Amino acid sequence: MVTQETIDAERARLGLDRPLGVQFADWMVGLVTLDLGKSMWTDRPVTEEIGLRLELTMQVAIMATIFAVLIAIPLGTISALFKDTWVDYAVRLITIAGLAVPSFWLGMIIILALLYWFNWLPPITYTPIYVDPVANISQLIWPALAVGYRYSAVVARMVRSSIVEVMKEDYIRTARAKGVFEKLVVARHAMRNALLPAITVIGLEFAFLIGGLVVTEQVFNLNGLGKLFVQAVSRNDFTLIQAIVMLIAVVFIVTNLIVDLLYALFDPRIRLGGK
Amino acid sequence: MSDSNVLLSVEDLHVHFVTSRGVVRAVEGVSYQVRRGEVLAIVGESGCGKSVSSLAIMRLLAKPAGRVVHGKIMFEGVNLLDLTDEEMRERRGRDISMIFQEPMTSLNPVLPIGLQIMEPLFIHLKMTEEQARARAVELLSLVGITDPERRLDQYPHQFSGGMRQRVMIAIGLACNPKLIIADEPTTALDVTIQAQILELMKELSRKLNIALVIITHNLGVVARYADRVNVMYAARVVEKGTADDVFLRPRHPYAMGLMRSVPRLDRPRGAKLETIEGLPPNLLDPPKGCRFAARCQFRADICAQDPALEEIEPGHLSACLRAKEIAAGEIGREQTVIEAGGKREGRAGEKLLSVTGLKKFFEVTRKTGTFSSVKSEVRAVNDVSFDISPGETLGLVGESGCGKTTVGRLILRLETPTEGAIKFKGQDISKLGAAELRPIRRKIQVIFQDPYSSLNPRMTIGQIIAEPLLVYKIVPDAAAAKKRVAELLEAVGLFAYMAERYPHEMSGGQRQRVGIARALAMEPECIVCDEPVSALDVSIQGQIINLLENLQKRLGLTYLFIAHDLAVVRHISDRVAVMYLGRMMELADGDALYAEPLHPYTKALLDAAPIPDPSIEKSRAARTLGGEIPSPLRPPSGCVFHTRCLLADDACKATIPEIREVKPGHLVACLKV
Ligand SMILES: Nc1ncnc2c1ncn2[C@@H]1O[C@H](COP(=O)(O)OP(=O)(O)OP(=O)(O)O)[C@@H](O)[C@H]1O
Ligand code: SF4
Ligand code: SF4
Ligand SMILES: [Mg+2]
Repeated sequence: MVTQETIDAERARLGLDRPLGVQFADWMVGLVTLDLGKSMWTDRPVTEEIGLRLELTMQVAIMATIFAVLIAIPLGTISALFKDTWVDYAVRLITIAGLAVPSFWLGMIIILALLYWFNWLPPITYTPIYVDPVANISQLIWPALAVGYRYSAVVARMVRSSIVEVMKEDYIRTARAKGVFEKLVVARHAMRNALLPAITVIGLEFAFLIGGLVVTEQVFNLNGLGKLFVQAVSRNDFTLIQAIVMLIAVVFIVTNLIVDLLYALFDPRIRLGGK
Repeated sequence: MSDSNVLLSVEDLHVHFVTSRGVVRAVEGVSYQVRRGEVLAIVGESGCGKSVSSLAIMRLLAKPAGRVVHGKIMFEGVNLLDLTDEEMRERRGRDISMIFQEPMTSLNPVLPIGLQIMEPLFIHLKMTEEQARARAVELLSLVGITDPERRLDQYPHQFSGGMRQRVMIAIGLACNPKLIIADEPTTALDVTIQAQILELMKELSRKLNIALVIITHNLGVVARYADRVNVMYAARVVEKGTADDVFLRPRHPYAMGLMRSVPRLDRPRGAKLETIEGLPPNLLDPPKGCRFAARCQFRADICAQDPALEEIEPGHLSACLRAKEIAAGEIGREQTVIEAGGKREGRAGEKLLSVTGLKKFFEVTRKTGTFSSVKSEVRAVNDVSFDISPGETLGLVGESGCGKTTVGRLILRLETPTEGAIKFKGQDISKLGAAELRPIRRKIQVIFQDPYSSLNPRMTIGQIIAEPLLVYKIVPDAAAAKKRVAELLEAVGLFAYMAERYPHEMSGGQRQRVGIARALAMEPECIVCDEPVSALDVSIQGQIINLLENLQKRLGLTYLFIAHDLAVVRHISDRVAVMYLGRMMELADGDALYAEPLHPYTKALLDAAPIPDPSIEKSRAARTLGGEIPSPLRPPSGCVFHTRCLLADDACKATIPEIREVKPGHLVACLKV
């Protein structure tokens, strides 16, 4: 039996007896000083709980982004330049499949394939990259590929449609009328303009991967942020939930800021203040 | 012809576009030649194949839809159509350059101007960075851009439309080509800037012996600059000859109609414009025989045959089966009587609309960096006063950014004035709220410039016109609305059955008529016409102007007619006001203003507007107004025109000239008048 005193004491310890405004202010102060309190389940500092997982999730997201960009830009460009030919149809088929196939399913296929051909299973424990880069990468490359496929499909479709649009622009005609080599027309005149919308999509997808990898992490047995989030929810660990939600929000804001800065870098109308 | 002077010879060119609705025969059997150093103009209605035939020369037709299916394009003895892509690329920008219509979109927004000019120098002439830079600086000064060194590192958005077109010319000239094709090089520009650009092109072509093909629909431009003219109609050349031949002795009824349907600055105002009725044929399914037959007033039985382009006089060809009769003066001589412009007497003292001290300042924030911005004020309209009597037309002219559209929007109360009064029938409407405005909105209607975007694409024409009728309860029910819609459609020269159509099923001119019918539905007393004909072809333009004039006579309408085309404004207006950078420069009776302009800006505008008559143009000294139109964000001190005015002195920089009545009814804002 819990007595009223115990409840009151606990409320006082958690600060729940103070007015709501004060609680909120306190939380905000904690937020900016990175003091997010302790997990209600493990009683370890929330920052520590998250820190461990964030490293892994970030690495997977970054690897997936690199993979996606490396695949998507050439694929999207080729598809646009050979619009309505078999090359384009093939690329579009691949990208549509990328959108349709769930990452976790692809992940399972990858694991099965690895097991079947190489008799290799992803390790259960995580090796940070600074401890053993080879082990680290050979572990994380597979989830990165699994989510990177969908990611690259989204980006490739964007790149394709924006290059198709840009190639219709008047300045492309001008460049051709000047006698510019067709390769240069694409590389210099079309790509820079076409990549602007692609950057936005890349940013959004990246932000989504932080916290959006729940199922894939499960499949690859990774102890990432998504898994942590699910655990926190099922354990009613409010401090942890709050912190993860805040973190995801911050990631969205920061990637958007980076996207804006990249825009300014690529587009003089933004950099120099246009009309 | 084995003339060694011939640079380009297009022989029996046929271009097809394969579309989902069928094959568009965009160019059919076009032949012409361009000699070294000469200026050839190609004129004709929108969609007649002018651009396509030129793009075919550059081999830049939209792929894969567009294809040259027949013909030869001989350039210096080589058939361009036989070249490999790589050989063709070597010629583009090196031997043949092309300048496009849209200066705003023809330059790459993310690359510096310098690189865009230097590109052909690197590619064709293998110049080093230093050589190319030096040449680019030289080119920019050649086309009249000051401070070229600094300009090289700037981007297109930092240039005005006129300056971008100069940059395009600099790019075109970079490798000293033998031929420049300019597709509507000045259509998007203001009159004074147009004159600057064309003078520049003509002068350069003389100096450097470059042949010039100018594609345009502005007959005045043709008369002023062209040596020879091709008139195209429905994918074919219907008349060609020297500029004098085609302008003074047109031998094809279409060319004759074109010459007569443009309002002209140098003639007394006719009461009515001659027009070419009807529409050009659809190139998906062109009619058999003479393609102009449906619109031709001389059509006869033989016109069912296909007319060939035949020589009527030495060097003057026409594709009309009755051209000989026209040449002999048997037909087509009947010059319509041009009645002197009847001046409509406004009822004295009683003003329908009177505007005093009107001002509209817009606050704008301008980004100066990623995180910084400054607030500033655009003085779109600054102290404008005028009044309009019932049944009168007041024309409002000026170049882009002078505030004419804002004046219109203020009168319609789509904007609220910053200061000043707008009296409609004695009542000040400048500060009324939405509810009080409602009955007045009905009385002041508008016709917009763009007949494409001003009609809701998802509504039928009938619904578009009926909507205001029902909303304002002008008619009791839907049946009555339907009847009224039919009447209105007929009043604007359309047919009642067209009520079932959607806007995309109508041509530009027909849509503009729908716009007029919609305005008329409200039974207005006053209509603000904001550039109602600028988006239309010459022959259609004439039809709409005549319609507006007829309606005015019949219904006693009052117009505020806003436009940048001086000849059109003068044709339709009783009095004309000239604006520059938000201020009114001159206001006078239309005829007086054109016969005896007093303000230096009005004079410059009139000088800059070419007259479609080569004999007059050759005797007119080319006087062009220099300089750019200053930004309305930072208007010059004193008289806003002083940066470009030839008479300007220190007093002009210090004092803002008051608008004064110099002669009865003739108001001028200039210190020197
Ligand atoms: N890419 C295309 N696909 C299909 N049809 C086309 C294409 N480009 C042009 N056309 C058609 O070819 C015809 C000629 O077009 P073109 O652009 O040469 O006209 P134009 O004389 O230059 O008109 P404007 O004065 O409006 O510029 C038109 O009927 C047009 O609809
Ligand atoms: S051939 Fe006949 S219809 Fe055609 S332009 Fe001549 S007179 Fe008119
Ligand atoms: S006031 Fe001076 S600057 Fe202005 S128009 Fe007259 S002469 Fe020119
Ligand atoms: Mg064109």
